[in-house]
Amino acid sequence: MEWLPELLTQIGGVLASASFWVAVLRIAAPLILGTLGVLVCERAGVLNLGIEGIMVASALTGWLAVFQGADLWLGVAVAAVTGMALGLLHAALTVWLGLSQHVSGLGVTMLATSLAYFGYRVSFPKVTTPPTITPFPPLQALEGIPVIGPVLGAQTALTLLALAVVPLLAWFLYRTPAGLALRMVGENPAAAEAQGVRVLVVRTAAVVAGSALMGVAGSFLTLSAFNAFFFNMVNGRGWICVALVVFASWRPGKALLGALLFAAFDALQLRLQQGGGLLPYQLYLMLPYALSLLALVLMSRRAAYPQALMKPWRKGER
Amino acid sequence: MRLELRTAASPLANVLAPLAAVVFTLFACALLVAWAGAPVGRTYALIAEGAFGSRFALSETLTRATPLILTGLACAVAFRARLYNIGAEGQLYLGALAAVAVGGLHEGTGFDLPVALHLPLMIFAGALAGAVLLLGSAWLKLAMGVDEVVTTLLMNFIVLLFVSMMLDGPMKDAMALGWPQSVAIKPELEFPKLLERSRVHAGLLLALILALALWVMERFGTFGFALRAVGANARAARFAGLPVTRVTLGCAAISGALAGLAGVGEVAGRAGYLTLDMSPGYGYAGIVIAMLAGLNPLGVVASALFVAAILVGADSMSRAVGVPTYLADVIVAVALLAMLVAGLFTRYRLRREAA
Repeated sequence: MEWLPELLTQIGGVLASASFWVAVLRIAAPLILGTLGVLVCERAGVLNLGIEGIMVASALTGWLAVFQGADLWLGVAVAAVTGMALGLLHAALTVWLGLSQHVSGLGVTMLATSLAYFGYRVSFPKVTTPPTITPFPPLQALEGIPVIGPVLGAQTALTLLALAVVPLLAWFLYRTPAGLALRMVGENPAAAEAQGVRVLVVRTAAVVAGSALMGVAGSFLTLSAFNAFFFNMVNGRGWICVALVVFASWRPGKALLGALLFAAFDALQLRLQQGGGLLPYQLYLMLPYALSLLALVLMSRRAAYPQALMKPWRKGER
Repeated sequence: MRLELRTAASPLANVLAPLAAVVFTLFACALLVAWAGAPVGRTYALIAEGAFGSRFALSETLTRATPLILTGLACAVAFRARLYNIGAEGQLYLGALAAVAVGGLHEGTGFDLPVALHLPLMIFAGALAGAVLLLGSAWLKLAMGVDEVVTTLLMNFIVLLFVSMMLDGPMKDAMALGWPQSVAIKPELEFPKLLERSRVHAGLLLALILALALWVMERFGTFGFALRAVGANARAARFAGLPVTRVTLGCAAISGALAGLAGVGEVAGRAGYLTLDMSPGYGYAGIVIAMLAGLNPLGVVASALFVAAILVGADSMSRAVGVPTYLADVIVAVALLAMLVAGLFTRYRLRREAA
């Protein structure tokens, strides 16, 4: 165990650097958006395992739009619309036809991923180095803010958007009639129906809106974090969002906390890897997935799943 | 319009539904082929030719179908009990790793077993590794209520990194010039070839036997009934006196073992050693194959052949007309979604709502 004190010293050094916290926010941003997207769907009673594929497809379409000369924000909108279209497909299969939410979600992921890779190869048949765009610039104006300035100044507008969605979504879910209807539909669709809420419509709207957030999460990768589209660039981030929602007990505030915590561990593992090979690098790479598993197990005991999650609803049927 | 449960299952619909799904898929994907600027008819003809057109093509399709049958069976048997095993990919790799660990034992250890003992031990180790991996997720589901979909998915990533660590470390082949490749299994342990001058190996026979065995077990044994009962309604099954925990764990053991065997077959039947790119997603394809087959073990054989043909055929088509090979993955994904919808209409009929 003589490597342990050395490892702890390395960790201490990393935590003290501003560049570490810059990385934390940057890693967290797509996770925040994706987790909130899953959260919205699940609060309405629909599991959406399409997230992994939706992130791949929107990362591509958003980037393609900008590559073709569109404004960056238009690129984000294109990504959101891509997410909405795929969400609509998932909603049609699960909400309206009542098919297995697990299988439909995986199907959407497979379809979206393979379509995106196919589309990318058709659009760029011969390139070996991925073509690039100019991504969102860092918000240098914010650097003057005391203490957090250096960290915020290195972020882009899309990170701020991710942070802004958290209170907005919390306000929507807990303070508006539409948010109440959405939560009711996920907890007790029969009661919601009795109140005159149109269950199928609310669920469809929730899945489409949640998938739009997933789309924006995907676009963060190509329009803010990187400037090109790569195969495998989503690499399980979607699945981690699904795990983070359980960790967050389906609450937006806790989702933010979970995503930040998770990103902190991820950023830490990246830096420890660079700090010299104390342990095999694969162990560090395992950390995010192992942490997601651990979070799932730890939180599952008191997990308050939306009561109607994964249960199809048909009018008049019980 | 509303969906109404069919009172009697229609045997014709059970055959027509998958066919309709496949036909729809080919039509939908024709649009993509046209977008890629290739002649549709010729592209499909080239896929068929690349999959079945020659002795070599056919043998490649059969070789590719071998792991797919096993991962397809793994998913089919688990899905019956509504145990959503999405981790066949990880179970396959862990099975392959165990096979290499046992099959490569002679390397430098002086440990020597007669082949008649060593071969079954290697196969068993691979099956056991897959089974244990899925049992972990099944136990978490039963004991703690953790959704098995996410745990099995995350395990895929963890296992692949673990395999990568092993290939860099204790199981590295020192002769592979730095390429991450495992030590080779003892040559005597390699599966015999079924066809001269081809890669079709005895693993195919094993897969076919297991498919038949599972079909018999589900059709004529109490096991199939128990699986279905637990899948349909675990609470009712428990009330009726079925040992739900034991059925679920048994199902997980079988499912994981099948996926583990797929890994054993790839190691012992094809390469003789393990690399990180051994499986191009056989585990994930297993999900599609199981769904296309309507979870029927014999149907799995047919749908595994279909998927293998698409994958092999698309490779050679892509070389000829330049449509990206990802077309194969799109076809497989569209087929899955189309089959889901088609399957719905074997159970429900569409009725116009009375005004």
